[in-house]
Amino acid sequence: MKKTHVKTNDVIFQTVTKVVAFIIIAYSLHLFFSGHYTPGGGFIGGLMTAAAFVLLLLAFDVKTVEKTLNVDYIKMTATGLLIAVLTGLGSFFYNVPFLTQTFSYVDIPLLGKTALATAVLFDLGVYLVVIGVTMTIIQTIGEKE
Amino acid sequence: MSLLHVAILSPFLFAIIVPFLYKYFRKVHTGWFVLILPVLLFAYFTQFISSNMRGETIKQTASWIPSLDINFTAYIDGLGLLFALLITGIGALVILYSIYYLSKEKEQLNTFYVYLLMFMGAMLGVVLSDNLIVLYTFWEFTSLSSFLLIGYWYKREKSRYGAQKSMLITIFGGLLMLGGFIMLYMMTNTFSIREIIEKVPEISQHELFIPALVLILFGAFTKSAQFPFYIWLPDAMEAPTPVSAYLHSATMVKAGIYIVARFSPVFAGTPEWFWIVSAFGIFTMFWGSFNAVKQTDLKSILAFSTVSQLGMIMSMLGVGSAALAIDSIDNSVYTVATLAAVFHLINHATFKGSLFMVVGIVDHETGTRDIRKLGGLMSFMPITFTISIIGAFAMAGLPPFNGFLSKEMFFTSMIRIIEMDVFNVETLGLLFPIIAWIGSIFTFIYSMVLVFKTFTGKYQPEKLEKKPHEAPIGMLISPIILGSLVIIFFFFPNILAYTIIEPAMASIIPALLGDEKHFHVHIYAWHGFTIELFMTIGVFALGVLGYFFLRKWRGVYKLVPEKLTLNKGYDAALYTLDKSTFKITRFYMTGFIRDYLAIIFTFFILILGTTLILTDGFSFSLEGTAPIGIYEAVLAVVMVIGTITVLFAKSRLTAIIALGSVGYSLSLFFVVFRAPDLALTQLLVETVSVALFLLCFYHLPEFKKKEKKLNFKLTNLIISLGVGTIVTLIALSANSQRVSETISTYFIENSYKLAGGKNMVNVILVDFRGFDTLFEIAVLGIAGLGIYSMIRLKVRKGEEG
Repeated sequence: MKKTHVKTNDVIFQTVTKVVAFIIIAYSLHLFFSGHYTPGGGFIGGLMTAAAFVLLLLAFDVKTVEKTLNVDYIKMTATGLLIAVLTGLGSFFYNVPFLTQTFSYVDIPLLGKTALATAVLFDLGVYLVVIGVTMTIIQTIGEKE
Repeated sequence: MSLLHVAILSPFLFAIIVPFLYKYFRKVHTGWFVLILPVLLFAYFTQFISSNMRGETIKQTASWIPSLDINFTAYIDGLGLLFALLITGIGALVILYSIYYLSKEKEQLNTFYVYLLMFMGAMLGVVLSDNLIVLYTFWEFTSLSSFLLIGYWYKREKSRYGAQKSMLITIFGGLLMLGGFIMLYMMTNTFSIREIIEKVPEISQHELFIPALVLILFGAFTKSAQFPFYIWLPDAMEAPTPVSAYLHSATMVKAGIYIVARFSPVFAGTPEWFWIVSAFGIFTMFWGSFNAVKQTDLKSILAFSTVSQLGMIMSMLGVGSAALAIDSIDNSVYTVATLAAVFHLINHATFKGSLFMVVGIVDHETGTRDIRKLGGLMSFMPITFTISIIGAFAMAGLPPFNGFLSKEMFFTSMIRIIEMDVFNVETLGLLFPIIAWIGSIFTFIYSMVLVFKTFTGKYQPEKLEKKPHEAPIGMLISPIILGSLVIIFFFFPNILAYTIIEPAMASIIPALLGDEKHFHVHIYAWHGFTIELFMTIGVFALGVLGYFFLRKWRGVYKLVPEKLTLNKGYDAALYTLDKSTFKITRFYMTGFIRDYLAIIFTFFILILGTTLILTDGFSFSLEGTAPIGIYEAVLAVVMVIGTITVLFAKSRLTAIIALGSVGYSLSLFFVVFRAPDLALTQLLVETVSVALFLLCFYHLPEFKKKEKKLNFKLTNLIISLGVGTIVTLIALSANSQRVSETISTYFIENSYKLAGGKNMVNVILVDFRGFDTLFEIAVLGIAGLGIYSMIRLKVRKGEEG
């Protein structure tokens, strides 16, 4: 980002961000996983994670964030798309149409009875694409100078 | 999928491993690996000869898109088999030849063989598919691989020009042909050629019958370089010579001939088919040979000669079709044209293939193909000289070479036209034998030019880049094989007659098959002193004269100014197209996003408004609406205030915050209407986009409220009011009238039962409408990449420049 003329004093902002950003990310993960039953899902979770990253970008500068997170967002987008397509292709092995989803209930220690749905895998793809695209756009524009 | 399907697709499959063979076995010329495939395929296809001779055909279907009647049906009959054998046989010889022609050190062999294999597979697909759509797919594949092969030396401008030209012309024809195929489908409700042929009696009076015929012929004529579409073929000679020998003489350009032959059972017997095919064919035959004489480049001579020979085969197919319309007891008098077409097709592949290879050798060993620089090579290259004598004399129609036999039959079939009493041939029919005869004289002349200007005359070492010597034996094997076939087919033409020619004829003119299910084909060289023989003698005499006095009459070629040639027309058309599209694009691509928005919204208003008025769609009723509560009212007021603030904001920051407030209020609306998912999404989108705005902020120029002209403001006002009104009207009408039951009940009932999810929105996103989501994220990804590349590449360009 461009240097502002006045020397900004954003110690409080930065300190709060360090804590809050992770809370947001944790919450976004929750949103992602709970999407099948309560509000949330890949799209919302992804946007929430991206929002956390944006917060980091605002508090610190693009270069610092890039160095700390060290993620190639374009690759992230590609991975997400690949996951989404592959889960779709998976249905061919069971002789059902493309993108057919299924689910079942499993007993997992500690968690108890849990529903496992293939839709979550597809949603993971959506999640990654949303983060990847949002961050690609914001970072490219923010980095331009 | 049967073995036959695998055989057709095997070149494509093999092409996948070619790059690896090239990379890991650099010491061995990649061609040696590739050579194995066509040899195996040739052997595989020969096994069908015996069953075809018994009149049996093979049909195997693998379903592809059965719901649209598109299935990969492989069908082998005489015609398909003839082409399959040509493709694999000549293919093997060409690949063998290319191993010596293309050096493994200097050339990109991996791409070359990938393209070549792609072509081979596509060509096999064209000739062995029964389904029109599959045939068309393979057809375009041949255009594509031909484009890639012509442009193989893509650094040369002429290669690129030639590649583009062939692509534009052949794909243009291909698309028209697709239109013809679809018309056939509309008439018969099937894409299968077999089934279409069975339904011919029902459709021949249909109004789409003639349009379909014309469109399909467009495809055939562009591919087979008939007048006036032949102009791409001479430019295609920029391809490496093995490619020219394979694609542009022996196989691909014959795909058009194949189409005409394949559709003969459908269209033959109509006067349109007879006149178009025969007339264009015979004129192309004359025009090609006439123009070949003036060429100075060996490959150009061969290119025009190919055009001419293709026209000749085409005309024979056209004339042969007339036999169907004649009520004669003994049809064999008229089927001779079809017989000659098939026979000449084979002969042409042999002698033209060998001639191309010979020219390639001359080019390779001397560094030039210009006949003005060549001469006297006979003593340096005796074997090459011998082969070219064989090839050229066969082309000229002299004994004892196979071209003589088919040329005689060509004359016979042209003379028989006069005896026919259908399609009003009495008047113009006489022209056919005359044009054929004149064309043959020119054919004779350029054949002689080809051989004698290159191999006899004065040796001019100072004009050559290299000291000429005989080619390596590996390069000579293929032309020697083809050359010997030329002679073998003359002396023993009947080894082809019953094995290949007769089944091929049976599939071109099945209606004329007698009770014995066989045509009586017997080819012999000596007919006695017939008119055909005198015609050949005439060709010989006048041809020799023409050759020796070539210098005297060359001037006729200058009679037509260059400006009026077809090539200039093509160039001018392309140039005009380029210019005008550029102008049109310039007109609306101004580079200002406000202009684009204005255009988009104007169309929005026009289209939706007209629809609304035309369908009388507006209605308004308050039935079933909930009462407006205090929250809704407050939120609505906030939104309106926010929007107005945006309009009158003095600084950008105010505008962004005001816009944000509109978005956040909207998400609160979702909360009020109990749509938590939407509310969450809207909140997050709003947050992220405000942040994005803030980031962009730094890069934008100073925010100035420029005093715009009233005109500009007024236009914008009208557009924005229009959009607002239309959207409001549509929203009200949509709410006021229900055409069908709401679909949400289905989701409410089934989202837990079928998908095991309680969050309906999410279930819709990932399960019920998963396809939509998949494409949405794909679009998102593309948009992200687009922004990334636009900004990054622009920066880099600035650095360089």
